[in-house]
Amino acid sequence: MKNTGTIKVKTGMAVMQQRGVIMDVINAEQAKIAEDAGAVAVMALERVPADIRAAGGVARMADPTIIEEVMNAVSIPVMAKCRIGHIVEARTLEALGVDYIDESEVLTPADEMFHINKNEYTVPFVCGAKDLGEAARRIGEGASMLRTKGEPGTGNIVEAVRHMRIVMSQVRKVVNMSEDELMTYAKELGAPYHVLLEIKKQGKLPVINFAAGGVATPADAALMMQLGADGVFVGSGIFKSNNPEKFAKAIVEATYSYQDYDKIAELSKGLGEPMKGIELSTLQSKDRMSERGW
Amino acid sequence: MKIGILALQGSYYNHKHYFEQIGVETLLVKKPEQLDEIDGLIIPGGESTAIRRLIDRYHFMKDLKSFCSSKPVFGTCAGMILLAKENIGYPTHIGVLNVRLKRNAFGRQVHSFEETVHLKDIGDVEGIYIRAPYVEVAGDEVDVLGKHKDAIVAVKQNNILATSFHPELTEDYKIGKYFINLVDKYIKGE
Repeated sequence: MKNTGTIKVKTGMAVMQQRGVIMDVINAEQAKIAEDAGAVAVMALERVPADIRAAGGVARMADPTIIEEVMNAVSIPVMAKCRIGHIVEARTLEALGVDYIDESEVLTPADEMFHINKNEYTVPFVCGAKDLGEAARRIGEGASMLRTKGEPGTGNIVEAVRHMRIVMSQVRKVVNMSEDELMTYAKELGAPYHVLLEIKKQGKLPVINFAAGGVATPADAALMMQLGADGVFVGSGIFKSNNPEKFAKAIVEATYSYQDYDKIAELSKGLGEPMKGIELSTLQSKDRMSERGW
Repeated sequence: MKIGILALQGSYYNHKHYFEQIGVETLLVKKPEQLDEIDGLIIPGGESTAIRRLIDRYHFMKDLKSFCSSKPVFGTCAGMILLAKENIGYPTHIGVLNVRLKRNAFGRQVHSFEETVHLKDIGDVEGIYIRAPYVEVAGDEVDVLGKHKDAIVAVKQNNILATSFHPELTEDYKIGKYFINLVDKYIKGE
């Protein structure tokens, strides 16, 4: 029997992206630049997070015209974002045939209580997480891939670092914990017990975990890989820089050669001005996308 | 015996784990000169365009071509695309496997699927197909090992083995052992 949308098929798709870079794009031309630079997938958007931040108002799923334009332009997988809890945006993206849906805090949440039950879909989902409780809840709902939330559109890596550090340290704690202690830890984290048990059994997260939210330079990408990321999402960083082609290639190479410092020095030379960035203490709580999600 | 896994991008950790479960020594190949240390090479699943960029940037192509022309190699999914002589509508990469290949041949991710596939000399194996390619035309010297309906999804040409599906995502070790057997015969000069 031919079975689509199985756990192996959905989580396996993310495994194939490992040690790769996924780039935000807003049209076919940018998608081609990303593919030529060696991106493993593109995220089709109407606006990159930095512009969503600047525009304000309600941010929604992109116009399907843009998503289809990107899908027709490249042979690599195409992802798209839906609002947290927006079942119909998610079903619409699935009907369009996107390869992965990001249920994303970058868009304005549609539901302030519940995320989408991702187990019910054929298309796989990626979700953001700040800590293991959130990561495990998303896996429990059927997310096939995780990413740090970071603070999107800021060009500031500090939040992505914080989230990756917390998740990795909590995973290590689970792996080394006695099974007797696991239920109480599940209660503390607000994490489904069976997901923590699976983490303990496998000695790692059961799904691929990328870094996202603030990656602006090749050194940022390499930093996230060293902290244990399986790959990197770059949002505003590439197409908000002066030389997107060179920048995109440099990020791909730095993600691969993340421990080769001579190489990273080489890649960082003459890249031009990266995106300006936002210092986090100037962002009020209501403007922090990473606080969306439950 | 040492099995190398091309570790540029994709499912190389899964392949490492898969072959360690079979009980062979593995090496993640990150530099061209490491190809001299291994008896057989795995080209894993991943994004073929991304792997190709890294092959070029880290000067792997010459050594890969020479390795794959003489020694045992096993490509899964993107690995099959990298080995093929012809990818319809897309560039040729290593180009040692005499097949005409169709990329994303079963459709996009929502059409990715699991189904058992029967392989000649190997038996029934778990097939996981993720945006998988298939062989449209296989050359005379290519032995077709298995099909999904009419689509050719597993082939062997001398020391080259290639599948559309991903054994590294399963605990079904039959095809891995079949490859180890190929490597063993190569080492013994059979």
